[in-house]
Amino acid sequence: MTKEFKRPDGRKLSELRPIVAKAGVVPNADGSAMFAFGKTIAIAAVYGPRLLHPQHMQDPSTAILRCNYDLLSFSVSDRKKPGPNRRAQEISKVTEWALLPVLDLKEFPNTVIDVQIYIIQADAGTRTAGINAASMALAHAGIPMRDLVCSVAVGKLDKALVADLSKEEEDFEEGEGATDFAVAKVANSDEFTLLQLDGKIEPETVKEVTRLATDVCKEIYEAQKKALKDLVDNEREEKKK
Amino acid sequence: MSSMDITNLTKETFARLFAAGKRFDGRGLNDIRDFEITTGVSDKAEGSARIKLGKTEVIVGVKLAPGEPYPDSRDKGNLTVSGDLLPLASPRFEPGPPEFGAIELPRLVDRAIRESKMIDLGKLTMTNGKVWTVFVDIYPLNDDGNLIDAASLGAIVALSEAKVPELNELGNVDHDVKPKKKLPISDEIAPISFSFFKLGDSIVMDPTREEEEACDARVTFGLSKKGKQYLINSCQKAGKEIFTQEEIDKIMDILPKKFDEVNEKLKKFL
Repeated sequence: MTKEFKRPDGRKLSELRPIVAKAGVVPNADGSAMFAFGKTIAIAAVYGPRLLHPQHMQDPSTAILRCNYDLLSFSVSDRKKPGPNRRAQEISKVTEWALLPVLDLKEFPNTVIDVQIYIIQADAGTRTAGINAASMALAHAGIPMRDLVCSVAVGKLDKALVADLSKEEEDFEEGEGATDFAVAKVANSDEFTLLQLDGKIEPETVKEVTRLATDVCKEIYEAQKKALKDLVDNEREEKKK
Repeated sequence: MSSMDITNLTKETFARLFAAGKRFDGRGLNDIRDFEITTGVSDKAEGSARIKLGKTEVIVGVKLAPGEPYPDSRDKGNLTVSGDLLPLASPRFEPGPPEFGAIELPRLVDRAIRESKMIDLGKLTMTNGKVWTVFVDIYPLNDDGNLIDAASLGAIVALSEAKVPELNELGNVDHDVKPKKKLPISDEIAPISFSFFKLGDSIVMDPTREEEEACDARVTFGLSKKGKQYLINSCQKAGKEIFTQEEIDKIMDILPKKFDEVNEKLKKFL
């Protein structure tokens, strides 16, 4: 029954939009990356660990992770007023929570690691693309991590379980409507670090759709890994010359 | 009560207790404290409720005002949920710009109500092209943990009490006429919020403030029931720890039971 569901852009149910991943896109940053799901493009830059000011915010037992996510003003149909709104503040915070579980920050007391994430072009899945880019940027910056974090939106359109919803699909209203479930997980284990859902979905289906997320995250992980490896290879080539 | 961060010693004690399935107040890990809800907190509000969940206390007021529709939903009224963590309610709350907790609380209540379609916003239009904006405002009076779930229960009762005001000939609210018409609310759907808190490998529900502070992660679900079908309308994970697939599966099994239990109690106040 669900097999007959046709996605507006002709993708298979579990098919992701074309992924583009690139590391080392901001030369000034300690680590940086770009990640795109189809038309959604996110860039992330990592600065730090560096001394945290004001001093009273410092934690002598650990570094602090500070994420900032925002849309560039022209990345959406109606111009977004520059500066963080409540949506952006919430996404910044859940991004922090999505990345923290893989980081070992104990080695850098009193410091901060700043992760700056900006969306250049938005077409659904901006927070997940942002987390993928940020995870790569942290790895590029050499921050001790036990694994990469992979993120994707899964969900339900009418009765069909799908991966990586597009903007058009998020607004789908036929049948049971659309459920949008942004998920992030530790790449090589079944540990979820982001769970954010809007819509209507039965508890039993949540079990299924989180497993779908685990499946498709493998593809994201490979793209992230390849981009990081390519960067190292290229730098090695440069040095030889 | 102090506003100091929780000590490692306290945290370890809670971790040990939870691992043994115990709590200081004698509850089981998934036991939700008893709650009482009273209505008519303020007769200036279109609807209001005061909930006591254990020692946690929250008041929720509903106001309606004529407003402009959003460009992408001209044929629907608006819903705006806001809230403030008043310094009155806890030594931890401070005046000044909102901390993240004050941003997240109303957003989560908003999403559960909106996605469950409890309010029929399509019926909140006016003849002059304007629409009703439904303001749901949440104020904790005493924070002893699990504010989000308490606020969601308060919001449901306040909304089900709410009346639509009468307009005068200028199209403004006529405060002299006592409103009679009920807000278009589904009798069937009540989106209830359930938060699960994690410390070590233990998961607890409805924590007290101290228990909540000891925990490293939280996941909150907005759940409603349509006929015999349980539907998750919203979900958000918070905190620096992870939830495993196994833990998610377990929570999915608990949710319907907890919904029936709380919904049964909630009905008394509707």
